[in-house]
Amino acid sequence: MSDNHHDKEDKKMYNKGEVITGIVIFLVIFAFPFWYNMGKAAPVPQPELTEKAKAAKECVEPKAFMKTEHMQILNSWRNSVVRNKNRLYINSSNKEFDMSLSNNCLDCHSNKAEFCDKCHTYASVTPYCFDCHIDNPKEK
Amino acid sequence: MVKCMFSLTVVIVLSLLAFVGAETAGFKAQFLFGIAIPYAALLIFVIGVLNRVIGWARSPVPFAIPTTAGQQKSLPWIKPANIDNPSTTGGVFVRMFLEVFLFRSLFRNTKTQLSEGPKISFNLEIFLWLAALAFHASFFTVLARHLRLFTEPVPFVIQMLEKVDGMMQVGAPGIMLSGFVLLAAVSYLLIRRIIIPQVKYISLTQDYFPLFLIIGIAASGILMRHIFKIDVIGAKQLAMGLVTFHPVIPEGIGGIFYVHIFFVSVLLAYFPFSKLMHMGGIFMSPTRNLPGNTRAFRHVNPWNYPVHTHTYEEYEDDFREKMIDAGLPVEKE
Repeated sequence: MSDNHHDKEDKKMYNKGEVITGIVIFLVIFAFPFWYNMGKAAPVPQPELTEKAKAAKECVEPKAFMKTEHMQILNSWRNSVVRNKNRLYINSSNKEFDMSLSNNCLDCHSNKAEFCDKCHTYASVTPYCFDCHIDNPKEK
Repeated sequence: MVKCMFSLTVVIVLSLLAFVGAETAGFKAQFLFGIAIPYAALLIFVIGVLNRVIGWARSPVPFAIPTTAGQQKSLPWIKPANIDNPSTTGGVFVRMFLEVFLFRSLFRNTKTQLSEGPKISFNLEIFLWLAALAFHASFFTVLARHLRLFTEPVPFVIQMLEKVDGMMQVGAPGIMLSGFVLLAAVSYLLIRRIIIPQVKYISLTQDYFPLFLIIGIAASGILMRHIFKIDVIGAKQLAMGLVTFHPVIPEGIGGIFYVHIFFVSVLLAYFPFSKLMHMGGIFMSPTRNLPGNTRAFRHVNPWNYPVHTHTYEEYEDDFREKMIDAGLPVEKE
């Protein structure tokens, strides 16, 4: 009927106060990561190797593989040791290793704070392996 | 079935696009899927959502139409349903809160059955409500957990959430309950659409598509964590780059990561144009946000235009002389 009038009404926002409050709450929550970091990205962690680890040159598997799969290896080691009493690990290039976090892994990588924790803290990972396997007497 | 298969095909094509692009086309494709598209999607999401919400705020509500799921407040000796038919702003708030967090109206969902007689019966149908609640709660948990990749230092609350979510301590990296609950719930919501004939009949492409997309997101996320391993440090570097406006593409994160982030980008960009806008819409629904106080207050239609009226008094003013001459009774001499 009176289209002109309707157009004018269309620009009006009803319950403006409540709606704007809601929008502001939404934006503040949604933008949390943006304002929380304040534009500064923390430096990417660089895990440090001990002299012993450097001298050994290679871990039980290649570096790239260890980077993404070390937790799976440890998990399968645990299953193998605890359930099957098998401590012998043969790696991809047929070398033999002792399946042991405390006696083998942590022997070279004895600097937990500079090696393990760096990436774990950055990625907010808290592996429960270390609930027992650090600072405790070594396995016999 | 065409609508369902079409949605599935679109999602598969999208995943292949991102995977093949990131694996073969190198840095250019990774820049596109890892930085350009996420930023564009974020912009579309924010502007799109605001646009929809403001559009709703500008729509006049001609009638008071709260859903009345209980007795409205009336005479003092009639007991009102204060939450189901709230008469105050506080009541509306409580009802909205319960609706948003517990989906009470979905809980009322019933199944109608016709048995011999003929007899009609309404049975409690709780699984849609249960799956919907599990879906939304787990999706929120998954989303909140991802803040570990977008914040440094990671807030304590998020670390606690991860601990609770990973309490099963199965495998390494440990499984997160929310991820699997999300995948199970969204799969149920999809299967339900396909196998219940009535629901299938009313299902459209825009119903299937977000379901497949979210299945894709959850599945790629779980695969990335447990099977096709990615470099998490690189993923966090990329995510932090995005939120600090210093975008970087670390090398060798893995193609599946780009599939995951592309799916999420598509979901964000699609969001404002889809039924997913019920996230904002729930707050803007007149059936939910109006108090049921029509007996106490008059709701004036905001687009009522001024109507030209001619009252009896004015009529009498016009014809008083003639009325008196004709012997008609008048109110004012």
